[in-house]
Amino acid sequence: MHDHDHDDNHLDPMSARVRALETILTEKGLVESAALDAIIETVETRIGPRNGAGVVARAWAEPDYADWLERDAPAAIADMGHTGRQGEHIRALFNTPQTHNMVVCTLCSCYPWPVLGLPPVWYKSPPYRARAVRDPRGVLAEFGVTLPDATQIRVWDSTAEIRYLVVPMRPAGTDGLDQAALAALVTRNSMIGTGLALEPGR
Amino acid sequence: MNGPQDLGGRAGFGPVVSEPDEPLWHAGWEPRALALTIATAALGHWTLDEVRHAREKLPPAFYLSARYYDIWLTALEALLIRHGELTPDELAAGHARQPGLRPDRHLPAERVAATLARGGPTERPARAPARFALGDRVRTRNLQPETHTRLPGYAREKQGVIVAVHGAHVFADSHAHGLGENPQWLYGIRFEPEDLWGEPGGAQVHIDAWEPYLEPA
Repeated sequence: MHDHDHDDNHLDPMSARVRALETILTEKGLVESAALDAIIETVETRIGPRNGAGVVARAWAEPDYADWLERDAPAAIADMGHTGRQGEHIRALFNTPQTHNMVVCTLCSCYPWPVLGLPPVWYKSPPYRARAVRDPRGVLAEFGVTLPDATQIRVWDSTAEIRYLVVPMRPAGTDGLDQAALAALVTRNSMIGTGLALEPGR
Repeated sequence: MNGPQDLGGRAGFGPVVSEPDEPLWHAGWEPRALALTIATAALGHWTLDEVRHAREKLPPAFYLSARYYDIWLTALEALLIRHGELTPDELAAGHARQPGLRPDRHLPAERVAATLARGGPTERPARAPARFALGDRVRTRNLQPETHTRLPGYAREKQGVIVAVHGAHVFADSHAHGLGENPQWLYGIRFEPEDLWGEPGGAQVHIDAWEPYLEPA
């Protein structure tokens, strides 16, 4: 998985295909290269799991915000400045000692872009999509996560336009931390449900 | 459709392999392929549901082995050809041979931020009262269309309980085929593992299902 520098006459086949399509569509006036650049800049800089981590940290720190997030996640998330494509109808799922939530899209790659960015390769891959619904404990073990037997797992298959954000449990020993320090404990996987929030100092 | 995309509950794909500190892109062409997909949606020829259907209609062996953005790119080429914006000759030549149909609707750079921020909400006013309520027991129908559907095979003809009423939403099964939005009530359904897999253990699984997928249990 690496990206060699190529001169234009020696593009690898995929790069050549994409270059050809962009050239054709640009010549037809159907796309603007500057618009493509702006789209890429948006997904690289405006969306990503740091957005979701800020939402989770605020929900941990402010009970009223957690209530709002549970009742009306799109509005509560928009209050943090995160809106848009693939976040139009978002719902927050709160983990508890009794219930662990885990999100999948068995039919494609639906994912809450404004709060988590683009999905990682494994989330889109057949192994995860096949097994998340059938053997979630086995999948969690592959991520190094073992839950108590008494914890019930709930899997959420994103089969329509509702998107799901898992709010992991707040780790112990975090009472004195501010929201920025809390957000640093919130991993991408903990908001998909294939991980837990990090413990402070580890 | 009973296509390669319908992966829930399938066996034999091996363990989930995650890449530590995974980069956003794995090749320089990937961001370009994603951006072309988003930018051409603005032309208004197709819906997101039609895009999903174009991807799941790709040959199964390709779908199951290709890199994800190759699936996107290959489906995009097919959509552009279907809607008259591209010909195989042009793809082979790498240059336009005829004018575009809808250059007037292209996405200008200055409208990218607003377009992405607006997204594409799918909730619509309901045209009829909801048939089901929270706590109702329902059974999913035995629907096996060759067209687009979002009822996964593992959750077909299964009993579950309504745990959410999401309002009326654009019906993907219609919208993917140019048949309009046809909004239908959308519900969250919870299934017990023994009802899905025939044995206890495992986890409760939720899907979101439109009313035409459901009948009273």
